[in-house]
Parts: sequence; structure tokens; C-alpha cells
Amino acid sequence: MTTTIPADVPLHETIEPEGKRAKRARVVLEDADRGILSPADWRRPHVRIVGTVFNVILGISLVIIGLLPLLWLLKSAVTPTQDTLTNPLSLFPNGLAWSNISKAWNDVQIGSFFFNTIWMAVGEWAVQLLVATTGGYALSVLKPRYGKIISGLVLATLFVPAVVLLVPLYLTILHPPLIGHSLINTFWAVWLPAGASAFNVLLVMRFFDSLPREVFEAARTDGAGTFRLFWSIVLPMSKPILGVVSVFAINAAWADFLWPNLVLTDIGIQPLSVRLPQIQSSTDLGVYLAALTIATLIPVVIFLIFQRTFLRGGGLGGAVKG
Amino acid sequence: MTVDTAVKQHVAARPERQKRRHNPITWVQRGGLTTLFFLLPLLIIFGVFSWTPIVESVVMSFQKTNLVTPAVFVGWDNFVAIFQDPLFWVAIRNTGYFALLALLFGYPIPLIAAVLMSEVKRMKGFYSVLAYLPVIIPPVVSVLLWKIFYDASATGVFNAILGWVGIPPQPWIQDAATAMPSLVLEATWAGAGGTIIIYLAALTSVSPDLYDAAEVDGASIWGKIWHVTLPQLRGILFITLILQIIATAQVFLQPFLFTGGGPVNSTTTILLLIYQYAFTNSLGGAYGQATALSLMLAVFLAILSIVYFRVTARWSDN
Repeated sequence: MTTTIPADVPLHETIEPEGKRAKRARVVLEDADRGILSPADWRRPHVRIVGTVFNVILGISLVIIGLLPLLWLLKSAVTPTQDTLTNPLSLFPNGLAWSNISKAWNDVQIGSFFFNTIWMAVGEWAVQLLVATTGGYALSVLKPRYGKIISGLVLATLFVPAVVLLVPLYLTILHPPLIGHSLINTFWAVWLPAGASAFNVLLVMRFFDSLPREVFEAARTDGAGTFRLFWSIVLPMSKPILGVVSVFAINAAWADFLWPNLVLTDIGIQPLSVRLPQIQSSTDLGVYLAALTIATLIPVVIFLIFQRTFLRGGGLGGAVKG
Repeated sequence: MTVDTAVKQHVAARPERQKRRHNPITWVQRGGLTTLFFLLPLLIIFGVFSWTPIVESVVMSFQKTNLVTPAVFVGWDNFVAIFQDPLFWVAIRNTGYFALLALLFGYPIPLIAAVLMSEVKRMKGFYSVLAYLPVIIPPVVSVLLWKIFYDASATGVFNAILGWVGIPPQPWIQDAATAMPSLVLEATWAGAGGTIIIYLAALTSVSPDLYDAAEVDGASIWGKIWHVTLPQLRGILFITLILQIIATAQVFLQPFLFTGGGPVNSTTTILLLIYQYAFTNSLGGAYGQATALSLMLAVFLAILSIVYFRVTARWSDN
């Protein structure tokens, strides 16, 4: 793209003063960065007007679609129930009701469901990371002869819709092999199946494949064993992909509903996603909206911090899960 | 590569060397056990929670199981029972309707939004964050929030907005006719951001030279979109289409939380039916019937995907 500049510059060098040349170079650079509309298109007056109109419409629609529902939720979380019921779209006609939040946290016990959700997410994250890193290391770095078969079997599960697993997996949790007693109503029931994520294993394997083999050879020559190589060389080099897997793991755990709803039937260990639909009818609307807000807070904060991770790879995870 | 295979053949030709390779002691000495140790978490977790259940689902489809008495093989009985269930045909129609509406609402919008967003260089990052926000809200919260928006009274959020422009209150999810479109509307809102991000990434990989070339040939803006942008996105458009169909065929959360399948079964989908067979059956879990139905769905989607990729591959060749 930039190769056009040197070819262009000598022609004008003697004629144009310094400032103009720099300006020209910038225009060429912008050209390289162009989209469907060229800079020349943008200079045409009616394109400029129509383009600006489209831009404004786009911006307003995105604010309405993306931001307003969230802002309404935030507003309603601290609005008295009666106001939300009679006039949902006005801004605090009768003042604020901060008590909604403390009522939700304490009286409806959203606090304890909140910590259940965190505990569920942390466990799922740990199991997923353990399976993906050790498995990825064995298959991509140690490469046993039977490794191709195992990675093939892992890949194959990616093409099986999750619903096929629903009933047999439920029965497995009810009668797990070797353990002898049901895992229903224990966190293991959500933690362990979460580890069987082919997406994670393949993502980590692809990253490990791209690591330079020379570093491994050098470490081996320096006397590092298989464990040392994994812990001190491969894992520290893989922080970027571990970050991606972690962010998706925690977000997916927070979003999960169907599975925890089946296996966590005890109110005492239920996460927010399972509890929120059940308390709807018995909870004051204002308090309920405060509860919904609390449930939304962590994912939104994680998203705003790790925007790049989500926006670069988010499409992938979302598309696979639907 | 060829040297490697030549060596392998050479080794195979010498029986005593081959024997040494398969000796368990040398296998352990070469770290075979350590490798297996590292594979153990993956083998256990995938073995117990993925591979075995997949095989079991095929077996269970031909069994009658209620967890109390031992499972009995019943041949195709489960499948016959499904085909005789009038709700099955209702569920197929509803799922098809959902998928169709989701394509009408949800397929063009992300593409149009992404093309417009990619032209706005300066605001692109901010716009992407806005578009992705609905995706990041936990799906359960989204549905519960929209359930409040869909309040059928005149003071419901959406009805109040409609009231501003003089449209009478709508029943939304309370009425059999409007329930499914309401579900699709929420699902589209919740899912569009992910597709927009995919398209935005694909759009940045369209070479600017192609637009330059199209301009030299005198293409208008529409011409450039039609002859450059869309053909360049063709591959990704094919993939998002089949992924969306696969996802909508398995829709569960919206009908389960919004309507529970009602009013009068107008939103009972295949997945909801599977769930009802297995877990909310008054006669005790019809687990065999539920797995049989999920197996049928999986096989249907697999065949659909294979046919789809065959056909689109032919189009891409032309």
C-alpha cells in the first residue's frame, strides 16, 4: 500500500515545497485506508450530505439499540416501583429509590446468588483452563503417536449440537462413574462438564503450534524436563491466549442458564441466571429491576475492560454457540 | 517428508528395531507416561462428559429408560411415539417459523449495519462497543428485561412508545399471533452484535485496490457494493447463514422464559419439546423419547449443513 509513495515523490520533489509533500503523502495513506467510498467520493457534496445523514441515523440507532435498554434498566433500578409501572419512560418523576438496591441485595438475597455465580464461574474457568492447557500441551508440543486420533475426537464434538448431550449428560451427573453418588446440587455438576470445550482446546492447540520450537529445544538442552517446560516456558509464553480463554470462560459461565437450571435445584447454590426468572412473580418490580442490574454489572464491566478481546474474537465464540 | 517415510519403511523392515519401539519400558523412558499424564484431564473430562454421552444418546434413543427399572431396548418405538405426537408437528412448524422470521429480521440488518459502520473510520470503535453491548448482557437478563418491555398494558414500555405515534397497545407475547415475532425481535437484538463484529472483520480484509479498480471502470457507489463488497464477503455470508439456521433450530431460552411455549403452544419449539419430554413430563422422564428427538434434530442439521456446503461450493466455483 505504502509502496506508491516513493514512486510518486521524486516526480514532485523539486516542484512542491516540504509541507505540501507531507500533505500529499497523507492523502495517499488515507487512500490506502479507504473503504467503499473513496476520498474523492467524500468530496462530492451530495455524497457528503447523504453520508453524514446515514452516519447520524446509524449513530442514533446504535445508541437506541445498544445503550438505551441498559440505561433504562439502570434508571429503573433506582426508581420507585409505582413510577416505573405508571410512567416507565419518564425520568424520576417522584425522586429516587436507592433502597431498591439494598432490598435486592439483602432481602431477595441477590448477594448470595451473586457469589454463587462467581463461585460457579471461577470453578468453570479453572477446569476449562486445566483441560485446555494440559491437553493442548500434550497434543501440540509432546505429540504422542495417538495424538492425531484424540485431537480428531475433540474436533468431532464441535459438530455435535449441545442438545444431543442434554439428557445423557444429566443422567451421567445423576449417576457418575466411580464416585457412586449423585453430583446434582453440587458445583461439580456445572464445573466438570464445562471443561469439555473443544473450542478452548483447539484454540490453545493452535496457539501452542505457533510457538517457536527452538525455545523448547533450548530449554530441553538446558535440562528442563517435561513439567518444567510446561510450567516455566509454555505457560508464560501463552498469556495472550490464556486471557482470551479466561474471558470467554467467565462470560459463558455467567450467561449459562439451561444446564445449571437442571442440575442446581437447591436454592442455596443457584446462580443469578437460574434464580432471577423464579423470583420475578414474588418480587416488587423496582427491587426486581435492581436485581437484574446487579446481574448485568459484572459482564458489562468485564466487556468494557477487555473490549479488544471480545471484539476481535467475540464473533467466533458467539457464532458457535448461537 | 519422503525421507521420513523412507526411514519409517526401513525401520519397519527390521523386526528387532520395531520390537524395541513397542517395548513398554522404552515407551516410559521416552516420556510416554508423562505425556499420558498431561492428557489425563482432557481424556477424563471429554470421556465422561462428552464422548460417552454422545454414544449414549444414540443407544438411549432406542431404549425405554426411567432411571428406576433397567433400560429396555424398544427398537424404533421412541421415534414412532414422536411422530404420533401432534405437538411434534406444531414444534416443527414453530421452529421453522422462528428460523424464517429470524432470517428476515436478523440476516440483512447486521450486514447493512456493518457496511455502514466500516465507512465511518473515526467512530468505528465506539460503534462496535455499542453494537456489542446487547450481546454482553446475560441472555437471561435480556429476556427478563424484554418481558417487562413487552408488558401488554398501555403503560408498558413498548406500548408507551407506540402511544407517542398514535399506535394502540399491542398484546406482544400475550397473543398467539404476535408472540413468535416478539421472541424473534428480542433474539435478533441480542444476537446481531456478534454477527456485526464478524462482518466488520471481514470488511477490513477487502482489498482497497478492488475499489480503486472498480472506480477506474466507472462503478457507482452501489456498483462498488454490488460488484466488490458483496462478492468479497460471499464466503463469510454463506457461513453466517448456515450458522444462524443451526442456532435458530435450537432456540430454547426465548420460548422457555418468555412464554413457556404458550399461548396455545404457539411458541413450543423443538428444544422446548425435548425439555418437556425429559424433565417436565407428568408420567416421569421420557428420556429415550427426548434423546431420540435430539438425535433426529442433530442428524437433520448435519445433513442440511453437508447439502448446504456442497451447493454453496458449486456456486463459489462458478
